[in-house]
Amino acid sequence: MNFFKISIAATALVALGACTNADRFGPGSGAAGGFGANGGLVGSAGDPTSPTYFAETIGDRVLFAVDQATVGPEAQAVLDQQAVWLMQNGDYRALIEGHADEQGTRDYNLALGARRASAVQNYLISRGVAPGRLQTISYGKERPLEICSDESCYSQNRRSVTVITAGAGV
Amino acid sequence: MRLLSLLFLGLWIALTTSVVAQDRSGPLRIEITQGVIEPVPIAVSPFIADNAAAIDFARQITAVVASDLVGTGLFRDVPKDAYISQIDDFDGSVPYADWKAINVEALVTGAVTLTSDNRLVVKFRLFDIFTGSPLGDGLQFAGGTDSWRRVAHKVADQVYARITGEDGYFDSRVVYVEETGPKNARLKRLAVMDYDGANIQYLTDASSIVLAPRFSPTGDRVLFTSYESGFPQIYELSVGSASKRPLQVDAAAMTFAPRYAPNGQTVLYSRSEGGNTDIYRLDLASGQRARLTTAPSIETAPSFSPDGTRIVFESDRSGNQQLYVMPADGGEATRISFGQGRYGTPVWSPRGDFIAFTKQNAGRFHIGVMRVDGSQERLLTASFLDEGPTWAPNGRVLMFTRESAGANGEPALFSVDISGRNLKRLPMPTAASDPAWSPLLP
Repeated sequence: MNFFKISIAATALVALGACTNADRFGPGSGAAGGFGANGGLVGSAGDPTSPTYFAETIGDRVLFAVDQATVGPEAQAVLDQQAVWLMQNGDYRALIEGHADEQGTRDYNLALGARRASAVQNYLISRGVAPGRLQTISYGKERPLEICSDESCYSQNRRSVTVITAGAGV
Repeated sequence: MRLLSLLFLGLWIALTTSVVAQDRSGPLRIEITQGVIEPVPIAVSPFIADNAAAIDFARQITAVVASDLVGTGLFRDVPKDAYISQIDDFDGSVPYADWKAINVEALVTGAVTLTSDNRLVVKFRLFDIFTGSPLGDGLQFAGGTDSWRRVAHKVADQVYARITGEDGYFDSRVVYVEETGPKNARLKRLAVMDYDGANIQYLTDASSIVLAPRFSPTGDRVLFTSYESGFPQIYELSVGSASKRPLQVDAAAMTFAPRYAPNGQTVLYSRSEGGNTDIYRLDLASGQRARLTTAPSIETAPSFSPDGTRIVFESDRSGNQQLYVMPADGGEATRISFGQGRYGTPVWSPRGDFIAFTKQNAGRFHIGVMRVDGSQERLLTASFLDEGPTWAPNGRVLMFTRESAGANGEPALFSVDISGRNLKRLPMPTAASDPAWSPLLP
């Protein structure tokens, strides 16, 4: 469960109400992030209704095979819990980010990231989450989480991240 | 890479029956689509300063002319200390024997005047030493002192054109993405520079991710993708004022991979909705949009043929990325790539004769060219990650992004001839990606 590696950094930043998904908010995407002024992780991991709990205990990301957007069994297990959480916490919406590893051309990876984000969105909808609460975005290969150039990093970068934002959606 | 070069060298030796410039009977002519084994020795004689104020300009212009010509890989500049005679009268006669004696094939002479109203006037002549005659008429260019490099590029373009029979490409610019910061938090901003890396000027700040700028056919506007709104959307920017406007305000979908049609009024782009990416066309004047592809697969990276009648694009409808050509208004697409591996980022040559592309095969990336029907595929480069070719205005040189591997990996801009020769990295102060070459400047 590599997903939880960022928890220490997250805790440190919670007090500031900052966005703490290390992969999303590099200095370069600052203004570009823009999704939900109240976005980021709030509340404590001990509070099961908090976005922090969602990100750290349930897991906010799922991984994909090379050049694929299929939601596999492992991803489904995480997304099932994400769906339950979203239905129990109706005050939040989610932005689903799709990402690709660096082994691909820029345009194609944007399209592939969109496909992955959409696959996750469709899965969450199939588990009962209202479509109006879910939005998608692709970062292609622009925001890798791990920066080495081999499969150990690539496998972590081929991901979707479900980012919890404030607001009940439409 | 070494192996590939040797392979091409072998191929070109086989194709080239004689080394063009060394065993000739007619006027000097380099066929740049053929292989040239040895760069042709030329002398770019120090341009004469007609007045004292022009001395520095004369020296700098001479250096840029020589740099442009030598940078093509087609020429080598014979060192000044080998000269037997000096050119000190622009209108005087040329002692051909003195230049022949040091094996110079072509001689460039020039003179620079700085007028009282602060304008540069640059004259030049080109001589074919072997035939002992001028190659074309003398010409002069004039410009403001701040455009001295452009004047030098124009001289070099003329020399190149007269010797190769191809249009030049030195008086052109490149728009690209400057990259700074660590790999997982890259700062990106649009920048524009001369084709040789000089005169860098920034067009956006680094507050949002920007991707893949493309010049308009007149070189005064740029299309690109920005995350400024929070979501990837296409924008158009005026190079002169650096002012920009979104072309797509569409909360339901992200848009990217824009490119102008040859008429400058139509824009192709990709739009992703519900995970499906298709190609759309936008008329800038009317704002009218049309969807050109409807497959459930990924269709992206469109590029018009220079006559505007056809579009080459990439699609994974067959199961992986391949290249297709369709009519300009959509309709049935014909697959043109059939080799091993995946093909993407096709770009139609401004001359209409080739399509350049990125190929991904067996863990390596290549820049390649093929005829527009997909025949005669040739790979020009190989590396960990090469992508996104853009054509020089004359359709004979490609620029592209090469990214190095690893945690400290970063992209740089490279260029290569369509013969596969003269692969080189552009001298730049920072990492850079996604180059797009302008047309020849007016």
